[in-house]
Amino acid sequence: MRTTLPFLILAILTLAGGVAAMTLRKLVHCALALTVAFAGLAALYLNLGAEFAGLAQLLVYVGAIAILIVFAILLTRGDEDQAKHPFSPASLGGVVIALAVFGVLAWAAETSSLAQGAVAETAPSATMRTIGFVLMQRYVLPLEVIALMLTAAMIGAVLLALREKRTKTAGSAAE
Amino acid sequence: MSANLAWIVRWLWLIPALPMVAAGLSALLKKSQRRLSATLAIGSMSVSLVLSVWAFALMLSNPVRQVVNFPWMQFGTQWVALGWLLDPLAAVMLVMVSFVGLLIFIYSLGYMAHDDNFTRFFCFLSLFAGAMLGVVIANSLVLLFMCWEVVGLTSYLLIGFWFHRPAAAAAAKKAFITTRVGDLGLLLGMVWLYAQSGTLLFYDHGAGCLEQSALAGLAGHLTIAGMTVATAISLLIFCGAVGKSGQVPLHVWLPDAMEGPTPVSALIHAATMVAAGVYLIARVYPLMSPHALMVVAWVGAITAFFAACIAVAQNDIKRILAYSTVSQLGYMMLGLGVGGVAVGMFHLITHAFFKALLFLGAGSVIHGCTEEQDIRNMGGLRRFMPITFVTYAAAMLALCGFPLFAGFWSKDEILHAAHGWGVSMGPFYLGAVGALLTAFYMTRQVFYVFFGPRRAPEATVTPAEVAAHAVSAEEIEPVVLTRDGEECAVIDPHESPGVMTVPLSILAVFAVFLGFVGTPAWPWFQTFLSGTPGAPLSFALARFSEPGLLPLMASSSLLVFAGLILGWWLYGRKPIVRATDPDALERVMPGPFHALANRLYVDEIYGFTVIALTRFASGFSNFLDRWVWGGAVRLVEWLALRVSWFDFGMDKVVVNGGFDLGCKEVSLGGRLFSRLQSGRVQNYLRVIAAALVVLAVFLLWGSRG
Amino acid sequence: MNPLAACLLVSALLFSVGLAGALTRRSAILVLAGIELMLNAANLNFIGFWRFGPHPEALTGLMFVIFAIAVAAAEAAVGLALILAIYRHAHTSDVSEIQEMKG
Repeated sequence: MRTTLPFLILAILTLAGGVAAMTLRKLVHCALALTVAFAGLAALYLNLGAEFAGLAQLLVYVGAIAILIVFAILLTRGDEDQAKHPFSPASLGGVVIALAVFGVLAWAAETSSLAQGAVAETAPSATMRTIGFVLMQRYVLPLEVIALMLTAAMIGAVLLALREKRTKTAGSAAE
Repeated sequence: MSANLAWIVRWLWLIPALPMVAAGLSALLKKSQRRLSATLAIGSMSVSLVLSVWAFALMLSNPVRQVVNFPWMQFGTQWVALGWLLDPLAAVMLVMVSFVGLLIFIYSLGYMAHDDNFTRFFCFLSLFAGAMLGVVIANSLVLLFMCWEVVGLTSYLLIGFWFHRPAAAAAAKKAFITTRVGDLGLLLGMVWLYAQSGTLLFYDHGAGCLEQSALAGLAGHLTIAGMTVATAISLLIFCGAVGKSGQVPLHVWLPDAMEGPTPVSALIHAATMVAAGVYLIARVYPLMSPHALMVVAWVGAITAFFAACIAVAQNDIKRILAYSTVSQLGYMMLGLGVGGVAVGMFHLITHAFFKALLFLGAGSVIHGCTEEQDIRNMGGLRRFMPITFVTYAAAMLALCGFPLFAGFWSKDEILHAAHGWGVSMGPFYLGAVGALLTAFYMTRQVFYVFFGPRRAPEATVTPAEVAAHAVSAEEIEPVVLTRDGEECAVIDPHESPGVMTVPLSILAVFAVFLGFVGTPAWPWFQTFLSGTPGAPLSFALARFSEPGLLPLMASSSLLVFAGLILGWWLYGRKPIVRATDPDALERVMPGPFHALANRLYVDEIYGFTVIALTRFASGFSNFLDRWVWGGAVRLVEWLALRVSWFDFGMDKVVVNGGFDLGCKEVSLGGRLFSRLQSGRVQNYLRVIAAALVVLAVFLLWGSRG
Repeated sequence: MNPLAACLLVSALLFSVGLAGALTRRSAILVLAGIELMLNAANLNFIGFWRFGPHPEALTGLMFVIFAIAVAAAEAAVGLALILAIYRHAHTSDVSEIQEMKG
């Protein structure tokens, strides 16, 4: 019970943040709630003994992705429309489907053998040293691929922004 | 066997073949190649005559029957053989046909000189001559029938030679159809004979149908009405002779056949083709049973009398001669029936000569009177055409049976045989009265044509003027229409050219003297025909003292004189002045005369009965064809149309409609499915999530147990 | 309840919340946010299995999460750039408005 209480609190926090992110009207509020959810998740990772993952989560998600989302919200000025009709048509169907998915997943979780057996109590040691070793030995290929992928993503994002500018100038020149 | 045959016997087939080849070549010639056509015809006929005389000479020295047979057609295991024979009967006929034929060919050179279709005429004449000669030498009933049919065909072609004249076309048709009726009997007889005896060859070294073994078989079987098969077959064959030789009741075509040119009448309808019927009976004589011969004799006698009666009241010069021919053919049949082959054939031979002469003379008269054929419009031609008159008179006397002329001997033979016939005296009396009538009508004709004043419309131009074209066409009067549709001026009668009168003279000689080959004192003809070689026959007047012969000859001579005097009494004493004068006989007995002038209404009777029946049958057939069979066809057509409409409907509604509906459903389905592609990302996402749920449920459900 | 089961339940809940948001919100950015939540829920799942499942010393789950975070970052960047591009083209970031791929 001792180990599960912080877990419970953190879980509730994360979930609340998630629900808030999905249901608030104003986009900025949603972005902030999302950040809370990310943070909650990072705490959960820390609780579960995955320090590196937790801190990476904080750095990347909270520090980069959430900011990115705020930038996107600012750049697209979607607040006016969102205030009137936050939910798309036939959203009830979506909720139902989501509930169904939850039901299925919960069912799978409850009925699996893993979830019903005994678990290890002590956290495994996941030092940076071991992570580093593993990265360079076993997961070196995914690492390189990730590097490539990040490069490609960066180039792609830049291109997307650039293209807009070019067509815009071409369009204005034609007028 | 063939090594023993004389050369002429082996090549006997050339006699009919050469004129046929000439006809074939003539058919290819143009209208303008007249001389070539005539040369072919006369040349081939001359060669045939020479070969016939050669054959005759062979028969004279050795009167034994020679036969050459060859297989012709095979069906199954049986062979049909054809062949030719040479015996005295055939030899005599060969000479007669080719000789008279040649003379008539020469005569035609002059007679048909003005005709446009000269080439065609000689082509048909040659074809006829070839076919007739084929009939004479045929040793097989099949070959005889084939040539018989060709003879009938050429008769049709020649009667209808001027086919653009409706009367000629109708006469040709009538001749062909009437003889066809007879030929049907002949064909039936032929088939029956083949079925009964297994062969149609006459003489085949003992196996022929006229030889002993076959005849015995035929005489033994009985058939309907108690007749022997031989009688029945011979009666059927006699039907063919009745048609071809113009016996009553199938005589109606002969007078109408006078629509053809006169040489045709002379050759075909006097001397040769009509004699083919008599020749046929003579040929199959061994087959004829006494009962059949009785029928032949009676038919002949009735025909002789009947035709002679009608000839008394006719006014067309050729028609009188036509009925005279019918009458004489009756005499020939009578002779065959009562007396045998020799009696009938003797009259046939002599008749050929003087009847041909009569016809050619009539042709000469017609030619001279510019195509006038009614004897009431002629007269006094004795002065204008002496040669014609003399030859005509000779022939007329021969026909009447004037003592010592050819006809006297032959007709007397017949009357003698009829008198001695055990069955009945009827034919004798009929023949005797017929002889009286023959003399009477011939005298009437001669007086009308050659004596008295000229009754034709008077000519106003001379022949010289016409020839020199000194007068224009419109000025020539009066005009008559010739046979081939030309208008011809009436000019004074003139004697015919030499090419026509020379044959007349030659025939006249024969008409007078030919009878002497068969007199009772020297019956050379009869013994020749019987085919027995032996010591040469002696001339013995003693044979005249045969019982009953001299009185008979005297009484028949009396009959002839009586007829001549009667004719002179009515027609010769007072000249007939005008064409429209009533006939002397008509004044005496108008009723019978009118009946006879209308040919005893035989054609009308036929019209009421046979022709009406045929017309009804054809109308009925037409009705059947149009309404019953045609109706059935139309019903099928209607049904087919309905079915096709139904198919069309089915096709449109079911097939097309179904297909269209299917396509519509497919596109509807497509449209339904395209709604899934809303373009909205969230919808896609929802679908994916739902699918995930479903899949997961499946998997979990499956692994639950 | 097994701690693993609790973890899985939380992750499932988070996942379905993120899914519900992605399926129901109009704004494209919030759809992306929902997707990020789903990704995070999956990451939590992995961590849970790593912590409570067999062989945690292999660090498999952890490595997976690390890589997943990296990928999620790249994907968020590109996605938001796309949203910006679409916004510039259609002048709206409303997903229910953008139906040009319809049919």
